[in-house]
Amino acid sequence: MDPAPFPFDPAAFFAALPAGHGRRLGVRYDSHGSDWCQLILPWREDLVGDPARGVIASGPIVALLDMATSVGVWMKRGGFLPHATLDLRVDYLRPATPGREVVGRGECYRVTRSVAFVRGIAHDGDPDDPVAHVAGTFMFTGVPA
Amino acid sequence: MTLPPYADLLGITPEPGDGAPVLAMPFGADVIGRPGFVHGGALAGLLEMAAIVALKHALETEGRSDTRIKPINVTVDFMRGGREKVTRAQGHVSRLGTRIANVETIAWQDDRDRPVAAARLNFLLATD
Repeated sequence: MDPAPFPFDPAAFFAALPAGHGRRLGVRYDSHGSDWCQLILPWREDLVGDPARGVIASGPIVALLDMATSVGVWMKRGGFLPHATLDLRVDYLRPATPGREVVGRGECYRVTRSVAFVRGIAHDGDPDDPVAHVAGTFMFTGVPA
Repeated sequence: MTLPPYADLLGITPEPGDGAPVLAMPFGADVIGRPGFVHGGALAGLLEMAAIVALKHALETEGRSDTRIKPINVTVDFMRGGREKVTRAQGHVSRLGTRIANVETIAWQDDRDRPVAAARLNFLLATD
């Protein structure tokens, strides 16, 4: 029998984020629904990947979308269950505007016995003009294949 | 080689050697995901940085150091959990064109033949 999901409140989780990469990046909670979660990555000097232009590096955007889609899976599954990112593909549609925080929205649109399928976007103010698009999968750990 | 502020955040340092630079990222509080493991986002950041320095190295070798590189996309495969130890990554430019470069990167810990993650990246090259 599959384990039961552990109740998970993303707002409380990100308000008390333990030391780690997410907290180092300054990622915070914004909103969530039954199969999605939206997080915010602040613009910070130490996240810059292109010093000449002040553009944030692409790595933190992947990290943001990894976290947002991961929580999206927990929303879809009704709570926390252990999983691991299997793969992520991120398309960089345009550079993020220097000085603006980046909003990352991750949605879980399909769950099978072993795998969750996710998609999402990152934008810096206008969801209709995203800076990045993500598609990926998570595999469930701790359950037989 | 100068690395951007984000590389410093990850604690990345280049290691001496020939060819595309090997980048080392120590384990520490700044890169932890779930307890005892490297965050997937930090691994992705390391892989991307290794791809960028490999591409810059290849462009320098061809006398094209003034080329600007813009990431188009990245696909990351996570193969094993990254444990509490240093992670290394090295990129390989599989094709260097006039407008597009294709770069493959792997990240490993103890054994290069047992990668913890790998990525493929496409870059746009601009000379304006």
